[in-house]
Amino acid sequence: MMVFSFYLFATLVVVSGIMVVLARNPVHSVLWLILTFSSAAGLFILLGAEFVAMILVVVYVGAIAVLFLFVVMMLDVDFTALKGEMAKYMPLAGLIALVILVQLGLAIGNWQIAPQAGDLRAAVTPEGIDNTRALGLILYDQYLYLFEASSLVLLVAMIGAIMLTMRHRTDVKRQDAMAQMQRDPDVQLKLVDVKPGQGL
Amino acid sequence: MAEFIATPFGTFVIILLQAIAMIAFVMMSLIFLVYGDRKIWAAVQMRRGPNVVGPWGLLQTFADAGKYVLKEIVVPAGADKFVFFLAPVMSMVLAILAWAAVPMAEGWVLADINVGILFIFAVSSLEVYGVIMGGWASNSKYPFLGSLRSAAQMISYEVSLGLIIIGVIISTGSMNMSDIVRAQDGSFGLLNWYWLPHFPMLVLFFISALAETNRPPFDLPEAESELVAGFMVEYSSTPYLLFMAGEYIAIWLMCALISLLFFGGWLSPIPGLPDGVLWMFLKMVFWFFMFGMVKAITPRYRYDQLMRIGWKMFLPMSLGWVVIVAFLAKFEVFGAFWARFAIGG
Repeated sequence: MMVFSFYLFATLVVVSGIMVVLARNPVHSVLWLILTFSSAAGLFILLGAEFVAMILVVVYVGAIAVLFLFVVMMLDVDFTALKGEMAKYMPLAGLIALVILVQLGLAIGNWQIAPQAGDLRAAVTPEGIDNTRALGLILYDQYLYLFEASSLVLLVAMIGAIMLTMRHRTDVKRQDAMAQMQRDPDVQLKLVDVKPGQGL
Repeated sequence: MAEFIATPFGTFVIILLQAIAMIAFVMMSLIFLVYGDRKIWAAVQMRRGPNVVGPWGLLQTFADAGKYVLKEIVVPAGADKFVFFLAPVMSMVLAILAWAAVPMAEGWVLADINVGILFIFAVSSLEVYGVIMGGWASNSKYPFLGSLRSAAQMISYEVSLGLIIIGVIISTGSMNMSDIVRAQDGSFGLLNWYWLPHFPMLVLFFISALAETNRPPFDLPEAESELVAGFMVEYSSTPYLLFMAGEYIAIWLMCALISLLFFGGWLSPIPGLPDGVLWMFLKMVFWFFMFGMVKAITPRYRYDQLMRIGWKMFLPMSLGWVVIVAFLAKFEVFGAFWARFAIGG
């Protein structure tokens, strides 16, 4: 059963990964990407890393892929023009791909895999402690400072992005919710009793 | 019989039967939820509501469902056919999927997984795809605008829902749904439940749940006065039925979640009375009644106000509460009122 599930998810990851590149419509590409993420989550569950699997679904599928979809859906790209451009660069791209393929082949050919490596990878959690707790102890106890430092890097990136894009335009009319809520109905509203056939 | 269950095929059959029982419960309650929702709404507005089909109109939903199924399926020209039909199926299937980790009573749960609450949260965060895909695949302006609004709304409120859940997880020390309920067990009945220590978050959770499930006053995705019917404009017949069913199942799930996280699930409110599935059911029905009342008595929010309270009020409040609860649990204030790890594990 485990073997069957592994091959099911592994095939799904590879096939949908290829489809991300091959799909003609970019929205379909993102949908295939979502299937890739979900299948990867399945592989994590088979390894016993249920926490990572769920976080993968929440963060990547539930948030990041939605943002991708947002952007891609609103793009209006002319794909025939893009395809024509691509054909021009095909020989160069093919050459680069070939070089990288040879390099990867050399690197993987020299890779020595220790006999215990497979067992180590399959035993994600130590005995007698659940997945979430083990991860928490590592991230928030053992490597707390490194973890906090990496979060600071993200914070700096976030503030930088906001600083770059935020501008205060003065010619745009804005809605101030606080000011709207504090308007006094007695001052702002006037009740008028309109007689029939007369109007104001 | 015991030997049959022990075989892999027997286990499969048992799991299948349990799943069917759960789906049957959800679908049956769905039928009466739609009826109940309309009756509550009608009663508040001093109307009669559905009262023609069957005794007291009880069979109205069956008639409506049959009507939807028999109607013609219209596919708009230029629609992406596959995605167009995938969207309603996804919204329905994902809504049902989350019920796998919902415990109805002690031991009555399909998948008693360690990360149960995270699983429910993950699956319900995927429900936004039904909305986005439906709106985009219709190849029409109003559905597309509706789906963009709706996606932004659902993602915004998911953030605060997640942070509120983290507070409960800190108090329990476990992500298992059954453990969260067991941690609320105690000799004071309903005073032991999390609604008391986590009271501010209960209010936020209920409001966020309304926004997450696109219920009034936050039903902007299908605001009929502005957007015709939002992302569902081009849908007819069974696909539309699937969208509506998915929406109601998501609401019912939120009722179950509030009951489990803050109101002790299957625990009895009065010490001495036996615990059981009946309490869980009553709590869910009570919270659905609250959902129905809110729908009946509140006017719709403006979109910028909705985003404002989501990001500028709920997010900071729930984030602050996570920090406060972390300290209260760590230093066991009030005799470990916020720290129930001993029971939870």
